[in-house]
Amino acid sequence: MPELGGLVAYLVSLATMAGIYGVFCLGLNVQWGYTGLFNVGIAGFFAVGAYTSAMVTTPMPTGLYAQYVTQLFGLGLPFPVGLLAAGLVAGLIALLVGIPTLRLREDYLAISTIGIAESIRLVFNNEQWLANGPRGLAGLPAPLAGMVSPAHYGYVYLAIVLAVTVAVYVAIERGIRSPWGRVLRAIREDEDAAAMLGKDTFRFKLQALVLGAAIMGMGGALYAHYARAISPDAFDPLYATFMIWVMVMLGGSGNNKGVLIGAFVVWGIWTGTTFVTDYLPVALQARAPFIRFLFIGLLLEAILLLRPQGLLGEEKLVSRLIDEQAPRA
Amino acid sequence: VVELIVYGIILGSIIALGAIGLTLVYGILRFANFAHGDLMAVGAYVVLFVVSWAVPTLGLSGEPWSPLSFGWPMLVGLLVAMPVTGLVAIGIDRALFRPMRLRRASPVILAMASLAMALILRSLIYIGWGPDFVFYSQALRPAWRFPLGVRIRPDQLFILALAALLVGLLYLFLQKTRMGKAMRATADNPQLALVTGIDTDRVVRWTWMLGAGLAAAAGVLYGIDAQLRPDMGWNFLLPLFAAVILGGIGSPIGALAGGLILGITQQVSTAYLLPTYKPAVAFVLMIVILLVRPRGIFGSA
Repeated sequence: MPELGGLVAYLVSLATMAGIYGVFCLGLNVQWGYTGLFNVGIAGFFAVGAYTSAMVTTPMPTGLYAQYVTQLFGLGLPFPVGLLAAGLVAGLIALLVGIPTLRLREDYLAISTIGIAESIRLVFNNEQWLANGPRGLAGLPAPLAGMVSPAHYGYVYLAIVLAVTVAVYVAIERGIRSPWGRVLRAIREDEDAAAMLGKDTFRFKLQALVLGAAIMGMGGALYAHYARAISPDAFDPLYATFMIWVMVMLGGSGNNKGVLIGAFVVWGIWTGTTFVTDYLPVALQARAPFIRFLFIGLLLEAILLLRPQGLLGEEKLVSRLIDEQAPRA
Repeated sequence: VVELIVYGIILGSIIALGAIGLTLVYGILRFANFAHGDLMAVGAYVVLFVVSWAVPTLGLSGEPWSPLSFGWPMLVGLLVAMPVTGLVAIGIDRALFRPMRLRRASPVILAMASLAMALILRSLIYIGWGPDFVFYSQALRPAWRFPLGVRIRPDQLFILALAALLVGLLYLFLQKTRMGKAMRATADNPQLALVTGIDTDRVVRWTWMLGAGLAAAAGVLYGIDAQLRPDMGWNFLLPLFAAVILGGIGSPIGALAGGLILGITQQVSTAYLLPTYKPAVAFVLMIVILLVRPRGIFGSA
């Protein structure tokens, strides 16, 4: 049954991409959903994570290949090292952005993150020596590729993606039910009040920004090893930043289950619309991607106007201790 | 380098027109309007529509005026584009920002809505005109030679003159008219303005009309100087915000000074860096301002 096989392959790729986006959504949820930080530079952390993992896991090009590909370094290390390095470097960049901007008005963080994302994209595009300029890097290793035949590798990678997503989910859920998580939400609701209670709000905001960015960096690594080849074009702010915002706002900011649902729903809509645009008149087909972007923009406006809390809304939770006692009460 | 500084002043006057509009909206409506760059693009494409479609379709010929690369259709287009873009902005405010204000949504939510609006406007331009560069005119005009080896095209002198004229008119409007005074009062203290009987709805409409009208003019002037592209608004966003923050949010004079400083810095940087790094230069300058003087040069609050 070739048709059914195609459908399964399609669903596997859909779930893999949605899972990768889910990791980004969890990262943004730490920043925006719990702490109220307006990060519009997800594309930058995405790119940094993807390139870091690419350069950590691929070997330095040699021989004839080296004439076509230049990169700053190539370590040839295994995938988990790349994943962790991606999170580390993205977190470091967030630290550098956060220090000058988090003490200031909240909209300064937004414009600064746009700036850092644009600058990162320009650097990767123009600096040939760093990571091969506009042509990007290819030949990223596929983790655990030897386990099954290449035809079934999609399942293996899906399992890796889901494992990372679940691990991040569990870690955030625990963190958010801790005293640390309660301070974050206090800052989001009223930063002055949190400061009055003696909390160093700047440090907490910085921690949330860095943690969220590190998660985004790992998402970038997951994407890179799924695509196996990356170039600066992949980190267009439209795809990388905006889509993730729509997912988080649709699912419900401040709700980790919600943002994961948002990732699957929005990615499903996004890939589903490719089938719809096939029915457009030929004259419009070349511009179909822009019609889809228009739709995504309208979708976010509709959410903001009609249902700002998203599909699920925020979960009312205080402490994991109370949660554990609740069934007995 | 002298030539780069002159070009920087020309680019700076374009940035300043956009930044003055942005700072008015920022000061009076109190949110960061990320769609402002794309309002520039809307204005530029409205003029393209007039110059390359409406005028030829009506069977009129708009021969370029000798030293300039364009003729009367450009001026007509500009007079159409400024109010049209203003009305677009007022329409967006009615449909989107006003309901949010009435709900007392936080400024961050309005900023997010404006980001989505930027994407919507840009998508519409892509759908209408495609992703390629476009020029208003194919006419090539030789540059005039000035002392110190500076070459300036007549078009660029036109840009400077028109930008100066618009800034002058805006200054008179803000200083002399009742509405201008009401706008400045609202920017200073919105609650006080409300209790003194200022019609804030009218102030909001005028703010969008002026802000978006100036943005449209800036987009058109950039189109005359360089070329039109759907993502031009996005590329202007960082210089616009850098100029506004440099000048102090809500200060039109600050935005004018900030725009000129940004334009000169960006152009002079091309002597040492690739021109594609211009937005990054604006960003670095903005970070330096935030570290050294977060209120801006002319900022008070």
